[in-house]
Amino acid sequence: MSELDVNQVTWREWLLTDEPTSRRHARLANFYQGWLSLRGNSMAMFGLGILILLLLVAIFAPILSPHDPFEQSLGNRLQPIGSENHILGTDSLGRDILSRLIYGSRITLYIVALVALIAPVAGLLVGTVAGYIGGWADAVLMRITDIFLAFPRLVLALAFVAALGAGIENAVLAISLTAWPPYARIARAETLTIRSADYISAIRLQGAKPLRIITKHIWPLCISSLIVRVTLDMAGIILAAAGLGFLGLGAQPPSPEWGAMISEGRRFILDYWWVATMPGLAIFTVSLAFNLLGDGLRDVLDPKDGG
Amino acid sequence: MSAITIRNLEVWFGVDENRVNAVKSVSFAVDRGESFGLVGESGSGKSTILKAITGLAPTWHGEIFVDGKTLNGTQRSKDFFKTVQMVFQDPYASLHPRHTVDQVLSETLYLHQVQDIDVRVIKLLTDVGLGSKFRFRYPHQLSGGQRQRVAIARALAGEPDILLLDEPTSALDVSVQAEILNLLTDLQEERNLTYLMVSHDLPVIGHMCNRLAVMKDGEILEVMSVEDLRQGSANHSYSKSLITASSASLSSI
Amino acid sequence: MDLLSVQNLWVKFPTRQGIFDAVSGISFNLGRERLGIVGESGSGKSMTGRAILRLIQKPGRIEADHIKLQGENLLDLAEAQMRSVRGQKISMIMQDPKFSLNPVMTIGDQITEAFLLKGSTTKAEAWAKSISMLEAVSIRDPERVMRAYPHEMSGGMGQRVMIAMMLMPDPKILIADEPTSALDVSVQRQVLDIMDGLVKERGMGLIFISHDLNLVSEFCDRVLIMYAGRIVEICEANKLHQAKHAYTKGLLNSLPRLDRPRKRLDVLTREDIWAKTDSLRSL
Repeated sequence: MSELDVNQVTWREWLLTDEPTSRRHARLANFYQGWLSLRGNSMAMFGLGILILLLLVAIFAPILSPHDPFEQSLGNRLQPIGSENHILGTDSLGRDILSRLIYGSRITLYIVALVALIAPVAGLLVGTVAGYIGGWADAVLMRITDIFLAFPRLVLALAFVAALGAGIENAVLAISLTAWPPYARIARAETLTIRSADYISAIRLQGAKPLRIITKHIWPLCISSLIVRVTLDMAGIILAAAGLGFLGLGAQPPSPEWGAMISEGRRFILDYWWVATMPGLAIFTVSLAFNLLGDGLRDVLDPKDGG
Repeated sequence: MSAITIRNLEVWFGVDENRVNAVKSVSFAVDRGESFGLVGESGSGKSTILKAITGLAPTWHGEIFVDGKTLNGTQRSKDFFKTVQMVFQDPYASLHPRHTVDQVLSETLYLHQVQDIDVRVIKLLTDVGLGSKFRFRYPHQLSGGQRQRVAIARALAGEPDILLLDEPTSALDVSVQAEILNLLTDLQEERNLTYLMVSHDLPVIGHMCNRLAVMKDGEILEVMSVEDLRQGSANHSYSKSLITASSASLSSI
Repeated sequence: MDLLSVQNLWVKFPTRQGIFDAVSGISFNLGRERLGIVGESGSGKSMTGRAILRLIQKPGRIEADHIKLQGENLLDLAEAQMRSVRGQKISMIMQDPKFSLNPVMTIGDQITEAFLLKGSTTKAEAWAKSISMLEAVSIRDPERVMRAYPHEMSGGMGQRVMIAMMLMPDPKILIADEPTSALDVSVQRQVLDIMDGLVKERGMGLIFISHDLNLVSEFCDRVLIMYAGRIVEICEANKLHQAKHAYTKGLLNSLPRLDRPRKRLDVLTREDIWAKTDSLRSL
């Protein structure tokens, strides 16, 4: 048996052990076992694969992209799919669609990352505080949540554009402001259940203050359901950003945001269908990937919560 | 000298028409070093008394003295938590599912302002009969009996004088129950602890306690010594029926 | 002839670490008697009950030489035929009536439904039969109970309703899985007496699954003790104190007793060999 084999056996055993030897070991072992569960779900792995691909495409955009996404060539307008030099054709200004899709992935990831950072975190904060403290704090925070929940996303975006000017940051802000309330609701519901558990009573009997209980005891339990929810919501967020882009409220031309690309291609959809359809397919694929991954994550993260 | 004195305790939940009187004018005292049992069926109010003592019952009226000091409302001082601790019934619900055994004990020691946490964690685990190999496990990697031992270790972290035990072995298998009861007996002897134990299981109370109170519908029907229990000499007919019901079958074995 | 004959029953679950045998090759017979199956958690006692009714979900597997109900091997039946066995020829009562009764239907609707599904009776007949069934389980106000919802009843009454429902189709065998564990001590006796009376009256066989050795020894005729998926002891209920297996003796000794005070309880030391020996065969 080569030395390499011995090491491999030991790694896996180390991670599957029943007797972790340190905090880090325990955490890694737990994570690894969760990962093994997820790996068994082929649909979720497919989704994860697509998302990793998206990430790589975004990172290596300059290398992968055959042309400059902003380079116009009016003599080359509306070339069909499979043209020489332009695999996915060109748009109404002669720009290569493939290159624009590749660079557009950066914008999509940017939007997704920002919203995923802002909305669930805000929701977690509001929801857990409201759920644990209860009383008037709960009432006030929940009414604030209701107010934001009442805003239709696109109308709020319009308001922002009118006030602050169009642009992708404002679009992200508009989306985040309407996306956080459901997370607050989930977090609050979870907190209400957790609050009455014996392990919370036990730590209160050690003299723990509410801040410690919320951050160290309640948050770790809420996070799994939030992760699942965020992943499943990603599809909606991408579509919302695309919708804003489509309306001209998000990324501004000549930015290769996928929603804006669909908007530009709208006029030609009957004769030059690829201009709008290619970005549409890209959005569809990424949304599907998030949904598949989200389903898989839920199967892994939720059942353990029964413990 | 009394460790716990309860006078005319009333505990209720809800208001007006929805008010439920869980405990109705209960009085008893537990001496230092004694092991006192609260026996009754579900709904008798026995666990609620423990909640009132620890400040987990929001609405109550009456007098509660622990270690000579009066308790009010739901606020309890750090001194109180160093004196009184509780072991909960369900070992599957009393440990945080995402915290390792080490985290549970370390956090408790930290909150009690103990300095040498690492050393103390290992000592606590040894004191309850768990080796250091359990130190970094998560609750779902422990059996019911092991979890209950961790819960006992957590209760002992601050070196309390009084332990409130809420049906500590009801959720455990018979063979595991014996181990945990022995552990509790040993700990009481070593550390001169005072136990206030709640259970519906008369033989367990008979094994662990010196005196006991029989409760029904929120009231104490009578207080008796464990010898009286063993003789079956109860004053109240309800107590008699409880004794009969739980020991009827033993004659056959 | 025996009502039930189980031979070499295995219940296997594939896990990441290999195949886990919840029940390892047990055999026993049931006549018109009360048979107790006692064990701690993980002993396989509940799995045995479910395996008889073929209620084990995939990926679990049931394997046996045979499970014969009055001579007919249940393992040979198709799922559709098995459905006519469950609830009709073999009934099961479980621990918590709150989980076995449909919370959004009244008791009356549920009991009569069972009746109407079985044969051609009119609604009025079904109602009348249900009332008499409830009276048979000592429910004093059957009309009120028929109109009530499950959550409005106490545990003891819920279990009595379950017994009524489960015994209505006149099954040959009743499997009771911890039927009184969720009940208060004073109610337990009542429920057990009712069950006992009905079983005797109808000449049924009863399999009583429990972790409570005392209860089973008082209530049953014969007792099987299970450990790690195997039967380690079979004896008459009133001869339990003469038990031979170390596990049974250990269990009995580890119970706290009012009539035998001790400072420390005898702790059961588990021998590895118990989990490796073959299951005891029933006589």
